[in-house]
Amino acid sequence: MAFKRVVVTGLGALTPIGNTVEEFWHGLSTGKSGAAIITRFDASKFRTQFACEVKNFDVTQFIPRQDARKMDLFTQFAMVVAEEAIKDSGLDLESINRNKAGVIWGSGIGGLKTFEEEVINFSKGDGTPKFNPFFIPKMIADSASGQISIKYGFRGPNYITVSACASTNNAIIDAFNYIRLGRINLCISGGSEAAVTQAGIGGFNGLRAMSERNDDPATGSRPYDKDRDGFVLGDGGAALILEEYEHAVARGAKIYCEIIGGGMSSDAYHITAPHPEGEGAYLSMVDALDDANIKPEEVDYINTHGTSTPLGDPQEIKAIEKLFGEHTYKMSISSTKSMTGHLLGAAGAVESVAAVLAIKHQVVPPTINLFNIDESIDPRIDLTPNVAKARKIDVVLSNCFGFGGHNATLIFKKI
Amino acid sequence: MSAIASKVTKIIVEKLGVDESEVTPEASFTNDLGADSLDTVELIMEFEKEFNVSIPDDQAENIQTVGQAVTYLEEHSK
Repeated sequence: MAFKRVVVTGLGALTPIGNTVEEFWHGLSTGKSGAAIITRFDASKFRTQFACEVKNFDVTQFIPRQDARKMDLFTQFAMVVAEEAIKDSGLDLESINRNKAGVIWGSGIGGLKTFEEEVINFSKGDGTPKFNPFFIPKMIADSASGQISIKYGFRGPNYITVSACASTNNAIIDAFNYIRLGRINLCISGGSEAAVTQAGIGGFNGLRAMSERNDDPATGSRPYDKDRDGFVLGDGGAALILEEYEHAVARGAKIYCEIIGGGMSSDAYHITAPHPEGEGAYLSMVDALDDANIKPEEVDYINTHGTSTPLGDPQEIKAIEKLFGEHTYKMSISSTKSMTGHLLGAAGAVESVAAVLAIKHQVVPPTINLFNIDESIDPRIDLTPNVAKARKIDVVLSNCFGFGGHNATLIFKKI
Repeated sequence: MSAIASKVTKIIVEKLGVDESEVTPEASFTNDLGADSLDTVELIMEFEKEFNVSIPDDQAENIQTVGQAVTYLEEHSK
């Protein structure tokens, strides 16, 4: 059976550097940092006191207050980006077969703030349980995909994928597979995360995984810089409408690009540390290229996982050099996390939108805060330092790797 | 309107997102004010917190209208 083709026909984004797709692209193409002192709680006693938060977000502009209060912030983000993507796609909800429309979402954690608040309230009491009836439905990570499907009446497959920071790439790969198998015609995919909470910041600080550059938040996220000291936590989300090609053509849809491959692997090595030689990253990219049936030389741009951690950044570069050989020095590479921070389970969502927009605009977004490149990295590699670069982009590969050793790679192609 | 009725109305308006004019004594949480079973449980919990009372489940089941809530709370609040 021949696979069907899968295209992207709608986008939505709510990110630390822009609250719509248009603003997000403006932030990406101008090298804007989303980092600032944490506003979601008083972080003055925390090792890390800054993050890349979504700014000026008033949920009541999008969702009636009485509905919004039954959703954790990560679900509110999901609803907002799904709405932008649906509108952008021009889908007529009344004319499509909604039994063949799915929602497959990614979130690494889910309703962390909701969990934290309920447990804090309980611990302040006398031991009598007074848990809110909406506690569990707000907290569980699948509430995002559930709420989206309720709003749009999509009755196809509905779930979230959880693979830490690879979550959304896994979600998009699942959606891609169901569509190319002909099981569904279209799917809202993407991801959202809202972990800038006391437990989130405190927990990642406990792991010593985050930048502590409190005196200069805007340069905290500096992938491939020799003085990088960890990732900067981000929140927000992004959505993509994935659609079977003929279905999109039949309704005269605007088509951004095609998804041609998805790769997956596991490090099978350590629960938080990446494999030192990037073995899992290598296998995931090989798997994606095989799936897409293209040669490494066809890749024009890699949006790396590149989180700005001392351990993670070089291993991914090693994997790229092993796989791409001399072509490593001809293509463009960048980490947009230098601008957005690390959105954990939603990283793959915002980076997929960045990849699609890079193809649309034929511009590689930069790696900002690249002051002194890590000496272990070959200087011939074009990390797109600090300034966006116009170039021919037909094929983009986007990597996401997660705690647990999960690796997932997507390949997008100009159409 | 008694102080209790006024507080009850405020909680219902806040939680269910309805207009104050809809919150009449006869109004049923589920039939008139759009509450589902979880909303009703949450309302009872809010009444318990606001009025410092504990409403046993078998009595909570009998509180289905605004008036029944006000009457119960007038009799039981401390």
